[in-house]
Amino acid sequence: MIARPKHQRMVLVILAVAAVLGAALLAMWGLKDRAAYFYTPADVVAGKASTGKAMRLGGMVERGSVQRDEDGVTTRFLVEDGEARVLVTYRGILPDLFREGSGVVAEGKLAADRSFIANNILAKHDERYMPPELGNQSAEHKAGQTLRQ
Amino acid sequence: MTPEAGLAALWLAAALSLLGLFLSVLHVRGKVEADRPVRGLAIVQGLLCLFAFAMLLTVFAQTDLSVALVAENSHSAKPFIYKVAGAWGNHEGSMLLWVTVLGLSGAALAIFSRRLPSRILIAALGAQAALALGFHAFLLFASNPFARLNPAPVEGRGLNPLLQDPGLAFHPPTLYLGYVGLSVAFSLAVGAMLAGDVDRSLARAMRPWVLGAWIFLTLGITAGSYWAYYELGWGGWWFWDPVENASLMPWLAATALVHSVAVLASRNALKAWTMMLAVIAFSMSMVGTFLVRSGILTSVHSFAVDPTRGAFILALLGIYVTAAFVLFAVRAGNLREGAPFELVSREAAIVVNNLLLTVILGIVFIGTLYPLIAEALSGEKLSVGAPYFNAVAGPLAILLGILLAVGPLLSWRGESRAIMRKLALPALIAATTLVIAILALPQAGLLSKFGLALAAGLLPAAIAPLTGRNPLHTPLMTWGMVIAHLGVAVAIAGMASDSAFTVEKLTAVKPGESVNVGPWLVRFENVSPVGGPNWTAVEAELRASRGGGVHVLHPQSRFFTDPPTETNEAAIETLMSGQLYTVLGKSDGEGRWQLRLWWKPLVTLIWFGGVLIGLGGLIAFLGHARRSWRRKAFE
Repeated sequence: MIARPKHQRMVLVILAVAAVLGAALLAMWGLKDRAAYFYTPADVVAGKASTGKAMRLGGMVERGSVQRDEDGVTTRFLVEDGEARVLVTYRGILPDLFREGSGVVAEGKLAADRSFIANNILAKHDERYMPPELGNQSAEHKAGQTLRQ
Repeated sequence: MTPEAGLAALWLAAALSLLGLFLSVLHVRGKVEADRPVRGLAIVQGLLCLFAFAMLLTVFAQTDLSVALVAENSHSAKPFIYKVAGAWGNHEGSMLLWVTVLGLSGAALAIFSRRLPSRILIAALGAQAALALGFHAFLLFASNPFARLNPAPVEGRGLNPLLQDPGLAFHPPTLYLGYVGLSVAFSLAVGAMLAGDVDRSLARAMRPWVLGAWIFLTLGITAGSYWAYYELGWGGWWFWDPVENASLMPWLAATALVHSVAVLASRNALKAWTMMLAVIAFSMSMVGTFLVRSGILTSVHSFAVDPTRGAFILALLGIYVTAAFVLFAVRAGNLREGAPFELVSREAAIVVNNLLLTVILGIVFIGTLYPLIAEALSGEKLSVGAPYFNAVAGPLAILLGILLAVGPLLSWRGESRAIMRKLALPALIAATTLVIAILALPQAGLLSKFGLALAAGLLPAAIAPLTGRNPLHTPLMTWGMVIAHLGVAVAIAGMASDSAFTVEKLTAVKPGESVNVGPWLVRFENVSPVGGPNWTAVEAELRASRGGGVHVLHPQSRFFTDPPTETNEAAIETLMSGQLYTVLGKSDGEGRWQLRLWWKPLVTLIWFGGVLIGLGGLIAFLGHARRSWRRKAFE
């Protein structure tokens, strides 16, 4: 069956529009419960984050709070933002620039006891790069910016 | 004087772009005959960019610290190769490389595409000059790579150690050749819509550019994936990082374009559609450049936050994309009708391929930009990662893979062929694999089970178009298609195998202790200090065995002095059956060291498949070049 040219062009246009709409609908459906929101310890303590859902927690690693478990690979530490603190448990190798008193973003889930189970830890990558969520919290970062300008 | 010479060349190139744009408008309107001047200007403009880039390489090779860019990104103690590669390992240098490739593309278009009607070629060169002009302005006003420092510092600030890697020397230039090569497809589409009609000769002129850009994008993405895999030490090969998506989006559009331009060249169909895709493909390159270069994303690749630059690139992106879309909306209706085609034919299969790729592109695009839009609109911060992309785009990729088995066996114009017979065996293999995977791998994800089945069926199906043909009389283009499709099957096999069979072990051990990971027994012998040109490290010695011989691995934890940074250097043992991937973590101060080990069966197939896809593209490219050369010789 050969469709008439005009007819076929119409079908192609409709298909293209349907594809774009389909992509948008699929994306919206997918984003609804798969986007990981970013929270600060204050948000978590205020109950803004729900448990069991993928999220990110960002703040500073509290000085003196880093402890390592007996197994040698599980680390517990407190993340604070000046207002509140949340206990983070992470099993894995910490990034090279993970330091007490410096910025960190933890990816993971909030457990029922409101502590945070991290499956990935992002720290400041080098003196110039850091997660933008932490951009305002670091005087050192600002100094770096000024130096560049 | 070297930096000043480079800067002068850039200004001159910008002026010539403006002149070229002006003359091409006059030529297309029929006011003057400017065919030769416009072509000449495009060539000289490209050479001036190349000269400026050579000047930048020179100041980096000499570590001329009076140049701000060198002082900020280089260091006299750095190995020579990284001094040179450091020229494009930063914002300004990489934008200069971008503009250089853009200029050289325009020059090559002026030299090689003379078979096009003059109005279309000159209009395309005008579009290329307009692109160059905008990006020259960006370089000169917002990203001058040649700015001087007074007084010059005594020592440079060094280069991010993550970037001191052979991968760096290869990865960005390859990607840029792909990104910017698509600019020619964009300019040709704009030129054809402005100055004439779209026909097979336009498709033939566009095809080498699309194919070439697509080959470079394929190889660039493959290399980038392997770089992230071994350099980050996280054991993954794709992180759905926005910067990775920035290279994936143009690739998806270019993949669709490679197929639709073939339909246009062979069947004179899909005219407006192909023009649209050409515009989208380069728009995605510019979106990618914006994402990477504006620094607005959370990403391991983003280095500095500078809003003026982001706004500049966004403005350029907005101007070019809007202009091209308006032109398309006005002119698409005037294009002559393409040839109609059958419902079951290779053309129709390519339409479905294009629709699926477009939907996947839309999903990646929305997922990548959603965090930015959400933050701008509601102030909410969020990130979108693997769970979204895998769940939403994964099933569509599987559908695309199934189509890949069928499409090449259909003929143009839909003449019936015995394709069911050729597909019976692959379908049987795929179904059997799926059943086995479901029964034997209860813990593996659904997507990896389907991936394994798809790969098993695709391997024979990809070769099926060759059956019944004399290999010596099969055109190179067919060989290229078969090899590229085989590469897709191989890459899917690697991805599915990595996700279904990988075994991971995370532990802390003392020297002399052993760990099991998959079939391997890994003995942690000792740690010792080692040193390099600008780093020191602790290095572990691991002895891995499985039955027979012993493999020795040396994962390191490196400390760089300029700038002060630590990195993990994973040690990877590559075997036919897979890779043993080892990372040395921190010491607990009591003699134990953290070790993270993975056994990844067949993981290397991912990159081997990527290289095969690129190789297939290259063979097809050569096939087309030979045919076009013969046609020319015949005339």
